[in-house]
Amino acid sequence: MKDHSKISPPRWATRLLGWYCKPALLEDLEGDLNEYFQRNVKLKGVRRARLNYILDVLKFFRFYTVRKPEFLNLLIHWIMIGSYIKTSGRIILRNRLFSSINIIGLAISMSVGLLLISLLSDMNSYDKFHKNHDRIYRVISKYKYLHQEDNNYYASTSLRAGQSIQESIPGIEQIAILYRDFSGDMTFAEKTVPLSGHWASESFFKVFSYPMVSGDAATALKNPYSVVLTEKSAKKLFSDADALGKTIIRAGEKGDQEFVVTGVIRDVPLFSHMKFDMLASLSTREVTQKDDKYEMAWENIWSGYAYLLLPERTDLQNLQTNLNAISARENQTVKNTTIKLSLQPLSEIALGEDLNNSIGPVMVSSNVWMIGVLSVIVVLSACFNYTNLSIARSLRRSREVGIRKVVGALRSHVVGQFVVESVMIALCALVVSFLLFILLKPHFLSLNEQYKEMLVLDLSPKVIGYFILLAIGVGIAAGFFPAIFFARVNAIQVLKNISTVRVFGNVTARKALIVAQFTVSLMFIAATIIGYKHYKHVLAFDLGFDTENVLNIQLFGNKADLLMKELSEIPEIKGLSASSMITSIGNYMGANMKYSDPQDSSFVYYTSIDEHYLPLHGHKLLAGRNFTYRPDSAAESEVIVNEKVLKRFNIANQDPLKAVGEIIRVNRKEVQIIGVMKDYYYGKPIDHEIKEFIFRYSFNKAGYVNAKVTSTDWPGTLAKIETAWKKIDNVHPLEATFYNEEIERAYSGFSSRIKVIGTLSFLAICIAAIGLLGMVVFTTETRLKEISIRKVLGATEASLIYLLSKGFLVLVAIAALIALPATQFFFAKYALDEYADRAPVAWNELIVGVMTVIAVAFVMIGTHTLKVARTNPAEVLKSE
Amino acid sequence: MKGTNLGEFEELVLLTIAALVNDAYSVAICDELEKNAGRPAKLGVVHAVLNRLEDKGYVKSKLGEATNMRGGKRKRYYTVTNGGKAALVRSREIRDQLWDRIPELSLKKA
Repeated sequence: MKDHSKISPPRWATRLLGWYCKPALLEDLEGDLNEYFQRNVKLKGVRRARLNYILDVLKFFRFYTVRKPEFLNLLIHWIMIGSYIKTSGRIILRNRLFSSINIIGLAISMSVGLLLISLLSDMNSYDKFHKNHDRIYRVISKYKYLHQEDNNYYASTSLRAGQSIQESIPGIEQIAILYRDFSGDMTFAEKTVPLSGHWASESFFKVFSYPMVSGDAATALKNPYSVVLTEKSAKKLFSDADALGKTIIRAGEKGDQEFVVTGVIRDVPLFSHMKFDMLASLSTREVTQKDDKYEMAWENIWSGYAYLLLPERTDLQNLQTNLNAISARENQTVKNTTIKLSLQPLSEIALGEDLNNSIGPVMVSSNVWMIGVLSVIVVLSACFNYTNLSIARSLRRSREVGIRKVVGALRSHVVGQFVVESVMIALCALVVSFLLFILLKPHFLSLNEQYKEMLVLDLSPKVIGYFILLAIGVGIAAGFFPAIFFARVNAIQVLKNISTVRVFGNVTARKALIVAQFTVSLMFIAATIIGYKHYKHVLAFDLGFDTENVLNIQLFGNKADLLMKELSEIPEIKGLSASSMITSIGNYMGANMKYSDPQDSSFVYYTSIDEHYLPLHGHKLLAGRNFTYRPDSAAESEVIVNEKVLKRFNIANQDPLKAVGEIIRVNRKEVQIIGVMKDYYYGKPIDHEIKEFIFRYSFNKAGYVNAKVTSTDWPGTLAKIETAWKKIDNVHPLEATFYNEEIERAYSGFSSRIKVIGTLSFLAICIAAIGLLGMVVFTTETRLKEISIRKVLGATEASLIYLLSKGFLVLVAIAALIALPATQFFFAKYALDEYADRAPVAWNELIVGVMTVIAVAFVMIGTHTLKVARTNPAEVLKSE
Repeated sequence: MKGTNLGEFEELVLLTIAALVNDAYSVAICDELEKNAGRPAKLGVVHAVLNRLEDKGYVKSKLGEATNMRGGKRKRYYTVTNGGKAALVRSREIRDQLWDRIPELSLKKA
């Protein structure tokens, strides 16, 4: 037979009993229950015995058995909190150096946290002003041409998709369809104002809540040639007069159009993902684009937007099936193209993925995540400092804890005391970090155009509440380990003989913390250096043409030749050309191209230029010649193609010389290749490959005038250009940007990311350095007597500095050894993988960065140890 | 203290403790009660009563030696205090007095 005494009752029940039962009664009760249990095992079997045991444990939960000190304990905490605050305050004041190290470290790190909180709070309030914001979804599309699949979704969709959804999917409350860019110069009574906006369908105001000041929201966008203005644009056009019912004129390529103002809405709130000055009725396009088959084509997904207002509790899965059905049906109407539709909730538009053709600025959520993770690391680093210093100094405070315990403090009281202390320090730090936050805010916003456009970082009671929560959280996180540590202190041991306490038992753990801190900081620094190097590399990248001193002036619909005539009179301008767009900064224009095989058509990118463009930008022609002047009226007959086009269509066996003179079809028109140019990056250089690309000749399509300027007096020259501009356009301000600046702006996301990481790494290093300083100060203080004796015995200052700083430098060196390969590995593997052309990792620069950090650490350790080494040993030894 | 009088079950428990002399701990008391009174005595009830008796000052307790039984937990042994003895005697006296007053005939019939 089995030995019954080996069978034990359910552990959890025993633990439950131990938890609720008064300690005085516990042992006896546990014993009794155990005895009964063993007895039951014999009589009724193990299962019944266990069950009985559990029931008994539950039945013993009675008034007289239940612990009461819980309440008492809370009461004691409550009474003692005043005392905790008082002693904490004294300790903070007495150890000014350590308190300030902690407060500064926490303040620096928390200011980053505050920025993050206010950023998240801003992003979270996007589009919340719409009454039905949680039920609005956007239809987004994925485009695939043959095998060229764009992994990214387009925020836009075709008008046809919008129409099909409206017609064939039941159970959608409302659908608002938008068409991008109803922009232009609006004129009323001799007054012209440039405004931008969109075309919107009738139901726009049923989906979105933009409150109407005057006019009827239900019908405002119903009739063709209706326009709804915001209050601000109405004021610009009509001053204080009533706008409703007035007719305004829009200057267009195909003549002027008259629009009737049918409504005025409040200005679009800042926290709206789409921004506009006016909205025109989409029904207008039904009239004007009646003959344009492409307008309603399934593959025309470039400019339309569809927003659905769904009833509550809609089955999104089912809706997606219906969308797939539409895609499947419509994909058959187009050749070689597949388009897939999906839904995107309104809440994920402003803060979400960076979709193509976004209608407004987007904060990419992965960026926010990155900032978030980095700031958590910085905050943790400051918490490390606190933990480290508190535990290191435990020797001095354990006697206080011992006395508290003797007087009757329980563990929980000691924990309470130390947590209160750290929370107090964190709250002090909050005040400092709040000031830092106010200082940092404008700098943060100016990091990136987009931040300035999207964020305000204003304070609200809610945000301040989160700030305080953050401080309390940080305080608890920082004080938790010291609190646990002190709570374990054995009162008798501490009071009897302090030297027997093994305070330095945690030395290894603390060293590990320092190494971890420096590793992380060094990784930050290394990442910044690599990122910055790469950024410079991208900017200095040889695009294949010359951008030096080229000023691009936006034309706003003015005639290029008029401006060029004015500009040519300025002596500093050495050359002028016109182009439809600026290349190499991420702008694209596309056309359809065919060669000999009528079945084989492909998409090519293009720019329309004049005959001066190529020499001005120093583009190299491999064969053939440049365009020659041709009046606007003449039909397009010539193109210049790049090598890639020859490869794609295998024109003349890819021989540039022979390709000249070949006939190709661009948008169904026959044109002759007159030149072949060297490949260059038409999109952004970070794109994976060079695309097929052609230059077309067109003068009247020019969107920009490119001016080559050489000047010694830039402000003067720019002023001259401004005067020239004013002569031909009084409405628009001059928009002139140097090509190099334009390129820099195209990478502003990249550069702001580097700036953010750079700043954070700087902060992380500061915090780690401050922590290190604290440790050095502490260690030297405790070894003061030893140092004095060594000195008396004849140690030199140099040997003392070496002795004191050796340990710390080794820690920093270990950190460097871990950090560098780790960062290198990370970058090689993940971070810059998406870039086709990346800068080689610069080891010497990394090493310089690391050496700087080590030097800073050394200077800090050195100065302090030097101070200690120079103390008069007699003073120290006498006072003992 | 609320009432120093002895309830019926309390009296039984107290008597059992006195009867068990040096061996009076909770489980033994339960067993003894079951044997003598012929009714099941729940541990929970006995515990509560012991606790109450201790509050009233009729018994005192102390923990015994640890053994291998009972999962290594010590037993709590109870002994009757002087106050407890007095209470027992008094309640017996009250009964005796009442018994004496009952005419013999009236009980025998029933």
